Amino acid sequence: MIRLEKRTSTSMAYQVFSPVFSILCAFAFGAVFLRVSGFDPVDVYVRMLTGAFGDLYGWAETLVKAIPIMLCALGVSVAFRMLLWNIGAEGQLYMGAFGASWVALSLPEAPAVILLPLMVAAGMAAGALWALVAAIPRAFLRVNEIITTLMLNYVAIYWVEYLIYGPFRDPSAYNFPLSVPFAGAARLPVIGDTRIHAGIFFAILAAALLVFVLGKTRWGYEMKVLGDSPEVGRYAGINVRLHIVVALCMSGALAGLAGMSEVSAIAGRLQHGLSPGYGYTAIIVACLARLNPWGIIIVSILFGGLLVGGYSAQFIGVPAAAVNMLQGAMLFFVLVAEFLGRYRLSLGGSAVEEVG
Amino acid sequence: MDSPIVEMRDILKRFPGVVANDRVHFELCAGEVHALLGENGAGKSTLMNILSGFYRADAGEISVRGKPVNIRSPGNAIALGIGMIHQQFRLIPTFTVTENIVLGLSKLAFSLDIRAMEADVGRFSRSSGLTIDPRALIWQLSVGELQRVEILKVLYRGVDILIMDEPTAVLTPQEVKELFHVTRAMAESGKTVVFITHRLEEVMEIADRITVLRGGRNVATLRRSETSIRELAVMMVGKALPPDTAFPPAEAGDIVLELENIEAGGDRGQKALDGLSLSVRAGEIVGIAGVAGNGQRELAEVIARLRSVSRGTIRVCGKDITNREPLCAIEAGVSYIPEDRFGTGLAGELSVEENLILKEYRHAPLGRGFLIDWKKAAARALELVEQFHVKTPSLGAPANSLSGGNAQRLLLARETAARPKLIIAAQPSRGLDVRATEAVRTILDSQRRVGAAVLLISGDLDEIMKLSDRVAVIFEGRIMGIRGRDRLDMEAIGLMMGGLGESHDQA
Repeated sequence: MIRLEKRTSTSMAYQVFSPVFSILCAFAFGAVFLRVSGFDPVDVYVRMLTGAFGDLYGWAETLVKAIPIMLCALGVSVAFRMLLWNIGAEGQLYMGAFGASWVALSLPEAPAVILLPLMVAAGMAAGALWALVAAIPRAFLRVNEIITTLMLNYVAIYWVEYLIYGPFRDPSAYNFPLSVPFAGAARLPVIGDTRIHAGIFFAILAAALLVFVLGKTRWGYEMKVLGDSPEVGRYAGINVRLHIVVALCMSGALAGLAGMSEVSAIAGRLQHGLSPGYGYTAIIVACLARLNPWGIIIVSILFGGLLVGGYSAQFIGVPAAAVNMLQGAMLFFVLVAEFLGRYRLSLGGSAVEEVG
Repeated sequence: MDSPIVEMRDILKRFPGVVANDRVHFELCAGEVHALLGENGAGKSTLMNILSGFYRADAGEISVRGKPVNIRSPGNAIALGIGMIHQQFRLIPTFTVTENIVLGLSKLAFSLDIRAMEADVGRFSRSSGLTIDPRALIWQLSVGELQRVEILKVLYRGVDILIMDEPTAVLTPQEVKELFHVTRAMAESGKTVVFITHRLEEVMEIADRITVLRGGRNVATLRRSETSIRELAVMMVGKALPPDTAFPPAEAGDIVLELENIEAGGDRGQKALDGLSLSVRAGEIVGIAGVAGNGQRELAEVIARLRSVSRGTIRVCGKDITNREPLCAIEAGVSYIPEDRFGTGLAGELSVEENLILKEYRHAPLGRGFLIDWKKAAARALELVEQFHVKTPSLGAPANSLSGGNAQRLLLARETAARPKLIIAAQPSRGLDVRATEAVRTILDSQRRVGAAVLLISGDLDEIMKLSDRVAVIFEGRIMGIRGRDRLDMEAIGLMMGGLGESHDQA
């Protein structure tokens, strides 16, 4: 009989190397599939690597993709720390994009110094409110937040679709589902002639803020207690419900900020397919980085590179889905490694007894 | 009914830290109702779990119908005609009665003729006097009906020695009456029934013979006709121990905790506290004696504000904290040492330091506005670790890496450091070795000396007797009576623990 035993401790080396090892396992796993599909895995991986990190353009594009992943992953990590499984970063991103677009389209004449802060505020508020829709039933009725946040993703995406086919549609866009383009004042500044935009500073600022809040503040300490055991938190007089609501809203606000920066800096208008699933990738990133804010920044760059490298690999016919598969495989191996870090497999043994 | 059908000799069973059965003898005669009586921790359930194959004895012999047997599993026991019904029902809520009863039968065919089975179960239930709809879904049944299904499930397997672990604990009086009726009928039809209980009245009502266990040892086996409730009460709780001279009483001051007519529900929706009133003064320890599951945990949780009350008032130092937030109790000076150290009292994955500041981080000097001063926190933690002799590799070590005794010291350090007005200590020395137990008791005693009111809830009657200035006995969510240190009378306490005796002698 195979049995699981809980480990009393996990070594530091294991904690550092298991994510690295998981990523390597995922690439090895992907190599098998590429081989079977008739590609040379080494060739594909080299192309992906050079495409993503081989030159300045590659690096710039990698960072562009990494920014929304960073913000969403920082967001979900706040919720994950309290064992709240916010799967809804994707929808919160779309709602953030909607909030920011609404401000940009309502105030076409406003100068950038007024417009951009308002768009940031509206994007974060919209993301937070969208998370609140799941947070309230979770906090007061224990409604499973995995289900609600996931389902709300579809609602948010269709809401944006409705807007760009309806009220927000640009009459001069020949019936394409696009909103009116934003005024120049509504566009986030970019670095040089790359597409890297100010969103990267939002992400770094958010990571620094999280490190501070988690390490130094009462709120961070209370989150840590609740993340270990809500029961202990309640016993210590911590307001568990308030914390659930605040954490989920924070989570949604950061994803909303990702949506704001995408519409403002990249698309320049509200449109279809704003996110190729950044909100879902963020979940994998947050897990791989073990919820560490600076770790999230680094792993996000890796995943941004994976997306960009995936585009390069498509030139030799590798299907786009290969990147999704690699991402999925990484999460799978991370979860396995996490599990084996907590439990030890053993063969044989006796039944568990307790004092009766 | 004199030929022994089961004989257990010299049964020894150790669990980590305790000897649950210490060379216990037990004998069953065919066709009798035999009550197994004792406090919690007396070893009743362990002994019967051994007989029914759930545990294996470390030493000892069992013979059934005169033949020595080796019972290795519940299946073995069933084959020998022995079946046990546990306190926690083991039924699948979404299955029907019939599906639950036939589940696990070895001679089930690959395809089931469920209609025929329903008919068979229906016939069987009528003939055994345990009528129930064989097609009813488990989740729709009342507790009494669930128990009937459990009994049927065992009988259906051809069992003629039936063991029931505290079967009346969850039943209404009407259901108890029915259960006794069925039990009598089973005995008359030649089956043997073992009744594990701590309720003296029930013993006298249903049992032919009674075996009393205490602390894992035999006390006596008697015929009902040859004993009395009083004798059984004394046997159950043992001789009176004089209050320990190491813990002389302190000067009792003003009333700190006042409970008035408290009613509260338990986890299974039952009424756990039923009109309980109690007061504790500064500088005294009030011990709550009682058999486990009579509302002790709920009592502690109600005062710590982790459980709401449906009636009554709770006052701490005159301040009404009825149904307020847990923080309100903490700020009123209530400290709580919960019985589950990890899971309620300590966050296992968090460090020793982080656990030590759990009740102090909100206020200066540790808390400064919305920040925590971790330098001061570390200094404070170090001070507490040294003062309470918590053995830990470092302040950063996770709390769950500490031994049981050190984890308890950690908990006590935190809960007594802030000069609490009231300490609720639930099973404070459970699972600890002698030295750690002594340390825990000394800490509680010293808290009393500096004027804290202490409510000591313990399943260990000796501990209650040693430390308490007054002993209150709880039974089914009510205080049966309160005795001062100078009038401790084991017979009366034993009777009250068994649900009898004085009811309102509140000091």
